[in-house]
Amino acid sequence: MSVETVKCMTPSQVKDMFLYVGDKVMESKPLLTRIDSAIGDGDHGIGMSVGFTKAEENLRANEFTTVNDVFKTVGMSMISSMGGASGIIFGTMFVGGIKGLEPKDSLDLPLLAGIFEKALEAIKLRGKADLGDKTMIDAFQPAVEALKESAAERKSLVEGIRNAESAALQGVESSKDYIAKFGRAKSLGERAIGHQDAGATTVSIIFRAMKESLERPGNE
Amino acid sequence: MKKIINNPSHVVQEAIEGFMFAYSDSMTKVENVNGIIRKDLQDKVAVITGGGSGHEPLFLGFVGDGLADGAAIGNVFAAPTPNTVQEVAKAVDCGKGVLFVYGNYAGDVLNFDMAAELLEFDDIQTKTVLVADDVASAPADRKGDRRGIAGDVFVLKIAGAASGKGLSLDEVARVTQKAADQTFSIGVATSPGTIPGETEPPFVLGDDEIELGMGIHGEPGLKRTKLMKADELTDELVDKLLEESNIQASDEAAVYVNGLGSTTLLELLIVNRRVAQLLKKKGIQIYDMDVNSYCTTQEMGGFSISLLKLDDELKELYDAPASSPYYNKAQKSREGVK
Repeated sequence: MSVETVKCMTPSQVKDMFLYVGDKVMESKPLLTRIDSAIGDGDHGIGMSVGFTKAEENLRANEFTTVNDVFKTVGMSMISSMGGASGIIFGTMFVGGIKGLEPKDSLDLPLLAGIFEKALEAIKLRGKADLGDKTMIDAFQPAVEALKESAAERKSLVEGIRNAESAALQGVESSKDYIAKFGRAKSLGERAIGHQDAGATTVSIIFRAMKESLERPGNE
Repeated sequence: MKKIINNPSHVVQEAIEGFMFAYSDSMTKVENVNGIIRKDLQDKVAVITGGGSGHEPLFLGFVGDGLADGAAIGNVFAAPTPNTVQEVAKAVDCGKGVLFVYGNYAGDVLNFDMAAELLEFDDIQTKTVLVADDVASAPADRKGDRRGIAGDVFVLKIAGAASGKGLSLDEVARVTQKAADQTFSIGVATSPGTIPGETEPPFVLGDDEIELGMGIHGEPGLKRTKLMKADELTDELVDKLLEESNIQASDEAAVYVNGLGSTTLLELLIVNRRVAQLLKKKGIQIYDMDVNSYCTTQEMGGFSISLLKLDDELKELYDAPASSPYYNKAQKSREGVK
């Protein structure tokens, strides 16, 4: 089956996808540090590397029979290792959507959209942030919307993730226009305008890596 | 950037190991997490503090008698994880509840709040007092947005004394909140600190530049300006501090001048001299003065000035003896600074 028509992934494929995502986020550490130094405290890339290093360790140590456990392992690795605001927020991006979800042995686009939609609500509740506050939500919310629309249009998994990636990238662009409501950038006021949000950037890197992982040879 | 470290990923763990070698007579490390508790736990409300590493001796240096009972330690400049806070709380709680006292940063609030939720499952009752003393970080009408800086020391001191008196969790929280409400600080940065393992400083200041009101992670302050003489600079900071606080002539206050890491005691004492002169001139009674470097930022240059407005209740608690590896106060009756 071609990647263009692939409908669903096994837990083991989901695990491989997030291992790849982790590598890409870790590779982006210098970029994230540069972006965060402009308006934040410069440690976002360091924190994300710590979280994905722990996630990789825990993913590699286990075989997974449910999609739920893969997401839970990634999220809990972050929450238990990173600290800071990003530990909870990015951890919630992975665990927030599987709370109460019955065990799933395959991941398709409607399920991915559903998981991330619930996660988005959990992040907003916990972080008390909304679209336009110059946080990761600026990229994550449009990505989730794109996943939902693509699922409604019965797109393939890879198409859905591609749409999510470009929506996330647009979100990163939009975040440049916002005044920050959280973190160090908050005290910058209008001086933060023109700078993209580091957390939103990470969200776009995560979706790009998910897409690349699906497009890799071997997934066909 | 020269740093005496091994692996950047191991700095926190190795620092805690070093701390434990020095102070294991009075301290216990909490298993599996970066947490420290005092050995001689008492039957009272437990006080827990914490935050990112890199501000030493905060926070681990303020675990001790009359201070915090435990500290939850995060990665460098990052809040501790919820499970770290949870494990420290479980290790110190004796059934009377736990008070969290820490600086008002989004990451710390998220992680401590999540820990508080988890602790409900362990039947451990928690309350929180946020230190939000940095008057430069938000105007008075958004006091809840202010960051916590060196004022942590005053608020922890009061919390430790209140819990040591055997007060209930509600009462310890009430009086600690009062101390937090009466604590006002302002800082100035003269040079950036470093993040261990990183090659670039988190912000850049020109050789002759300083930033008034800059936060302890390099958060932007009130204004960037040319370096001035110590007295001139101190005047400007104290004026702003008094304008933002409710401290007036004939009030009594404790004063703390805090170095941010690379500013020497010689310089801090010069600042303290001017602070004392100014407060006296304004008729404010100086109850006590402390000049030290408790809340640092990895050799960041600069200092902060903190004032705690005292009333009889806070004075009694302020006077209680306290001792930890990095903070000591003997009990003495005071007639104020002459």
